[in-house]
Amino acid sequence: MKLRKLSTDVLIIGGGTAGCYAAMTIAQNSPDTKTLICEKANIKRSGCLAAGVNALNAYITKGCTPQDYVDYARNDAAGIVRGDLLLTMSENLNSVTDHLERLGLVILKDENGNYVTRGKRNLKINGENIKPLLADAVNELENVTVINHINMTGLAVSENRINGAFGFNVSEEIFYSIAAKAVIICTGGAAGLYKPNNPGFSRHKMWYPPFNTGAGYAMGIRAGAEMTTFEMRFIALRCKDTIAPTGTLAQGVGAKQINSLGEVYEDKYGLTTSQRVHGTVMENISGRGPCYLKTEGITPQQDDALIKAYLNMAPSQTIKWLESGKMPSEQNVEIEGTEPYIVGGHTASGYWVDTDRETTIHGLFAAGDAAGGCPQKYVTGALAEGRIAALSALKYIASKSIPEISEEKISENSSRAEKFLNTKGSRFSCEQLEEAMQTVMDRYAGGIGTNYRYNEKQLAIADERISQIETLTDELCAEDMHELMLIYELCERLTVCKILIAHLRARKETRWHSFAENLDYPERDNENYLCCINSRLENGKIKIIRRRLIKEGERYEHNDRQ
Amino acid sequence: MSITIDSEKCIGCGKCAEVCPGNLIKLDGKAYIKYPKDCWGCTSCVKECSVNAVKFFLGADIGGMGGLVYTRQRGDVLTWVIERPDGSAKEIDINRKESNRY
Ligand SMILES: Cc1cc2nc3c(=O)[nH]c(=O)nc-3n(C[C@H](O)[C@H](O)[C@H](O)COP(=O)(O)OP(=O)(O)OC[C@H]3O[C@@H](n4cnc5c(N)ncnc54)[C@H](O)[C@@H]3O)c2cc1C
Ligand code: SF4
Ligand code: SF4
Repeated sequence: MKLRKLSTDVLIIGGGTAGCYAAMTIAQNSPDTKTLICEKANIKRSGCLAAGVNALNAYITKGCTPQDYVDYARNDAAGIVRGDLLLTMSENLNSVTDHLERLGLVILKDENGNYVTRGKRNLKINGENIKPLLADAVNELENVTVINHINMTGLAVSENRINGAFGFNVSEEIFYSIAAKAVIICTGGAAGLYKPNNPGFSRHKMWYPPFNTGAGYAMGIRAGAEMTTFEMRFIALRCKDTIAPTGTLAQGVGAKQINSLGEVYEDKYGLTTSQRVHGTVMENISGRGPCYLKTEGITPQQDDALIKAYLNMAPSQTIKWLESGKMPSEQNVEIEGTEPYIVGGHTASGYWVDTDRETTIHGLFAAGDAAGGCPQKYVTGALAEGRIAALSALKYIASKSIPEISEEKISENSSRAEKFLNTKGSRFSCEQLEEAMQTVMDRYAGGIGTNYRYNEKQLAIADERISQIETLTDELCAEDMHELMLIYELCERLTVCKILIAHLRARKETRWHSFAENLDYPERDNENYLCCINSRLENGKIKIIRRRLIKEGERYEHNDRQ
Repeated sequence: MSITIDSEKCIGCGKCAEVCPGNLIKLDGKAYIKYPKDCWGCTSCVKECSVNAVKFFLGADIGGMGGLVYTRQRGDVLTWVIERPDGSAKEIDINRKESNRY
């Protein structure tokens, strides 16, 4: 492998929603600062926004305040949120939305020029080309360089201070060592940890991008960064098979969740995100499945609008309707829960950051689905955090020079990659180990197969098995750079699984059905668990740390880090 | 969930391979999908192909019936063409300047 050394003022890992906006913010506020985005695919269509999105889910509509948004998110998460993070994000939602519109995003307006809202917090858009719009804006910036097709694998940290990061090209044999004054992690969340809804040919037809593998979390975990609330998994309620969003049906045409008897069940279990999933699970267990969104009886005009809306964000659902010959007005849409994901833009899992989005490693920032404590971010919240993190990174680099990454560190990281490339033949394939991991997580750590439930004994087994699979990854071999990437992705997922299991074991209560449902502790325990469960890797061991919930208005700083 | 690439039609421009968020498409003069089971179904590649060589289909395991989908672009209008196995096709025009109604 060839070694290429680069240096920059600010390195952004992951050119998705938050990453692109962080780069734009830096260019706007400090045009001379050199920014480098390293993206594993191409920023034009990478990450969550690839297919398009259906609405802007986070906006402060007329008559509402940022505090209302904080209250909503806190209620949905049964209290486990950071008020400081939610409020600072909420205060930025509307200005980033205006910016998106200036970039060319089509947002529906009424005859007076006001945005048309969907419910209390959503705006209606045409989100099909949202990612190309962001990418075009980034590609025009003078001091922002984008390297596409580079898979980032590790952080260079010395004395708990960031020096840069490592990665490799996904098709050519080039290893990168990139020195940077500050690094912003924008790699999104983690999918593919659990056995998916359709484990066969369509295994990657999942809700969250299967290419967001938790790389950013894993890099931070290995470098000793503190993580929070991994136990609050996210499970999406989706259209069966296509795993397409249901919000457009529920909010757009008012479709209610019904069971096979035609009874509306959503009010029986509650309306928070986890309760909606739980209700669907319970109806199925009670023999009243399958469950549906009741669309029968809507008008043909509504059919037409739905067909178009889905093409703009989840085209498979439209194809499914057309292929089956049955439109939603003629047939209710079956729904199911997905496999669990770790995603800080929907729930609160991710890096533990201060109010400025700095992680517990000096000079390392996190934004979007990678950052924890601040659920219900969605697109606009990820942009908002990208902005906040970028402004903080600018402050941080003010009087700093570009650090050196030691030759020893470089060779330690590149030789690991070389080893996989040089190994010829191994007992197990990467694919086999990935399946093994997903099966263990499904059976013993609350996957679809156990209706998302687990007990202490099962978690102990999961922990042991995941550790065993981890040792087997050492023997893997890669024929080419793509296979090398697959091995790194598997290792990232295994690291995330280990931390996730430790968090599930640490929260000995059931605060959220489905998201974290411990059969040994089926009740909510406010006395002991109205707090954040955090973790940090110390000398190879996971240390669990409890931290108090920080309120809005407070400024949280890390005061006990090295 | 995956795509097919018609090598007769492909002119080897590489655009589909460039944008795939999973780096799943490779080029060997012509484009081919190297990892069909790893496809997310985002249709980014379909929208890039100016000669309609890339078509998208639903796997049988998620209810696919053999239909194929591709897109054409004219100005702001993105036309989705859904070819059914019986040879019939349906075209749906979407104006990128119009918002979703829902
Ligand atoms: C299918 C889907 C539909 C959604 N619909 C809506 C909606 O309608 N409305 C709404 O408001 N929100 C929606 N969301 C949520 C919203 O899109 C996300 O919360 C938000 O985009 C997350 O932004 P991010 O920057 O954290 O992650 P992403 O935008 O996913 O960015 C992560 C980036 O990091 C890159 N990356 C990952 N690993 C590496 C690595 N090792 N090296 C280099 N690069 C790497 C990825 O390729 C990607 O480009 C949806 C999400 C999904 C998945
Ligand atoms: S549909 Fe998306 S994931 Fe599948 S091959 Fe095309 S670009 Fe890649
Ligand atoms: S975009 Fe179309 S023409 Fe270009 S390489 Fe891909 S399949 Fe071939």
